Amino acid sequence: MSKTNLTRRGVLKSGAVAGAGVALPTIFTASSAAAYTNEPTGSSVTLGFNVPQTGPYADEGADELRAYELAVEHLNGGGDGGMMNTFSSKALKGNGILGKKVEYVTGDTQTKSDAARASAKSMIEKDGAVMITGGSSSGVAVAVQALCQEAGVIFMAGLTHSNDTTGKDKRANGFRHFFNSYMSGAALAPILAANYGTDRKAYHLTADYNWGYTTEEAVKTSTEAMGWETVAAVRTPLTQTDFSSYIAPVLQSGADVLVLNHYGGNMVNSLTNAVQFGLRDKLVNNKNFEIVVPLYSRLMARGAGANVKGIYGSTNWHWSLQDEGTKAFVKSFGTKYGFPPSQAAHTTYVQALLYADACERAGTFNPCGVAEALEGFEFDGMGNGKTLYRAEDHQCFKDVLVVRGKENPTSEFDLLEIVEVTPVDQVTYDASIFGGDLGTCNPGA
Amino acid sequence: MDAIILQILNGLDKGSAYALIALGLTLIFGTLGVVNFAHGALFMIGAFCAVTLSRIISFSHEVIDETRTDFLGNPLKVDVPYIYDWFGEATGAAIIDWSVPLSILFAIPIMIAVGVIMERGLIKHFYKRPHADQILVTFGLAIVLQEIIKYYYGANPIPTPAPEAFKGSFDFGAMIGFAENTIIYPYWRLVYFMFAALIIGAVFAFLQFTTFGMVVRAGMADRETVGLLGINIDKRFTIMFGIAAAVAGLAGVMYVPINPPNYHMGMDFLVLSFVVVVVGGMGSLPGAVLAGFLLGILESFASMRQVIDLIPGINQIIIYLVAIIILLTRPRGLMGRKGVMED
Repeated sequence: MSKTNLTRRGVLKSGAVAGAGVALPTIFTASSAAAYTNEPTGSSVTLGFNVPQTGPYADEGADELRAYELAVEHLNGGGDGGMMNTFSSKALKGNGILGKKVEYVTGDTQTKSDAARASAKSMIEKDGAVMITGGSSSGVAVAVQALCQEAGVIFMAGLTHSNDTTGKDKRANGFRHFFNSYMSGAALAPILAANYGTDRKAYHLTADYNWGYTTEEAVKTSTEAMGWETVAAVRTPLTQTDFSSYIAPVLQSGADVLVLNHYGGNMVNSLTNAVQFGLRDKLVNNKNFEIVVPLYSRLMARGAGANVKGIYGSTNWHWSLQDEGTKAFVKSFGTKYGFPPSQAAHTTYVQALLYADACERAGTFNPCGVAEALEGFEFDGMGNGKTLYRAEDHQCFKDVLVVRGKENPTSEFDLLEIVEVTPVDQVTYDASIFGGDLGTCNPGA
Repeated sequence: MDAIILQILNGLDKGSAYALIALGLTLIFGTLGVVNFAHGALFMIGAFCAVTLSRIISFSHEVIDETRTDFLGNPLKVDVPYIYDWFGEATGAAIIDWSVPLSILFAIPIMIAVGVIMERGLIKHFYKRPHADQILVTFGLAIVLQEIIKYYYGANPIPTPAPEAFKGSFDFGAMIGFAENTIIYPYWRLVYFMFAALIIGAVFAFLQFTTFGMVVRAGMADRETVGLLGINIDKRFTIMFGIAAAVAGLAGVMYVPINPPNYHMGMDFLVLSFVVVVVGGMGSLPGAVLAGFLLGILESFASMRQVIDLIPGINQIIIYLVAIIILLTRPRGLMGRKGVMED
């Protein structure tokens, strides 16, 4: 018979020692996990794709998601590799990122800032996403970018065109591949002057929110520098559906060009209404009346239908480009989904690959290492020619496309034709002109 | 002066849509006492009837065009509508071109059926419930309907143009002695206004000059007494719900060339149409029509650059501002009847 000598104090002492022993390795692990937010510890890494899955830009969001799924497939060594074969950096091996299989979670931005922040937050906190990417609105991009900065993860912006994203609202953890309003204005103005002359009177209809203002300002500044006069700039409510009362007075103003600083449904309706009013059939100041749409998207061109014919605008990228990167991406995407990718799909696919490549080159998922690898990074083979991720504002600088609505489209996706590939030098600006402070990288944790 | 005429014209077509939707809304409220927040969805379903007929008529088979290539470099597949094979290309193209006006015939039975099913299947169970319950259930129904449409047709607007004969605009200013290009007005908007006037006239005539309409009006005035006379007023009110749905649907059908339809278009009109009904007077048919045109015209004037420069933001609040003023000065609305929604 054995005798046990159990005392209350003894049990407490033993418990404390055992507890400390069990906790010791956890403390060390926790210490290493705290290096940065959501450091991947297993055999996989999780990316967060935050796109509009409901709401007016759901179709654009669906195209972004298709592109992300294709990028994940290529990163994990599936498919034909797409742009990984043409990308000038050869760091990506098709074995995931840093040897970890790429997995993803998705969130629905609803194209609402609060919903987008909530879905990004959930993906970071609950799903362990190490990077957030996507979106179809500048308001959403700015909001999610700020959240990612606070959380200590990288934000690779999707379709966002406002100067503010990499201007006054720029953040050290945020990066934008898509072009911006300034670049649209700088690329469009010479083409407009060459086609419509330098003696023109422009009337602007501008969506009453941040993107509208920056686009109006960019186009006004660029066209006025070419000799155009701005007759009026009228703000239209974002919720406006019928623009007749804004368009009808345009001819009375003496203007001979209407600039529609509208996006999405606003643009579809305002352009449809302008064509309905027969503006393009009119002769004003002995010149044909013209309409300009500074930012085109496929979503808008499809919605406006035949009304886009002959109308100039700008895009970040178009599937009909003939460089090797574009051809590789269009082949991959087209074979998988049966139709050519949109510019939203392109920019998101490229952003996913650029992030992965930066991780490989940095040798870490640490946001500060990734940011350092992206800053000042020059690359080619991604569909836009030579491109620079400028260190000062995290904005990509590359050629900009001026496009025109096609007269004889062969399909619902073949609506625009490239008029000019504006060289990057013509759209480059000083990083300080839009203000803002990049701050310092936040690794979180 | 020309600017004023221009904005009146713009207000008329805008007011036409408001009036048609509000007419149906107030008809339902006046007959069944139901506040139907799904009425905007009926407008949207009508618009998608036009889209659907256009797709049915354009139903195609693929023909390979060896002379051209698609985006992947393969021979181009060209869609050729079956209607070209059946009637020849010229006739087929003309039928497709006129798909929107043809959709009127397509939409009427569908909208009446949708209205009757909606009323018998769901709304009748809420007649004796508070207005708040009716609003919640019909608003929920509207969301369900728009999500169904989004699932099948996508979120993007779908261009559905007017017939070639009605594209473009005419110079109304030059016709009445003003300078060229001062007052231009699109043909289709004129068609829309005239169509709205016709529908409104037909509804009023139906209620005023038919026995059915007389019974309905009697029922609106005193439902119990009409019931005691042995008339099945419920059945007639169900039919009126179907007619109100058809009116909203036809407003939607004819609206698609003005703005490409999308799943959300009903919601865009819903709140404004309710304001129109309240301003016109709950349950008052002439009030709804009057308020529809009045608010449409006021909204147009508020969008003038000179007015916005004078009072920034007025274009966004004018309708609600006018609604507040009218309700403060005439609590029952412009033509509201005593006792309606006052219990």
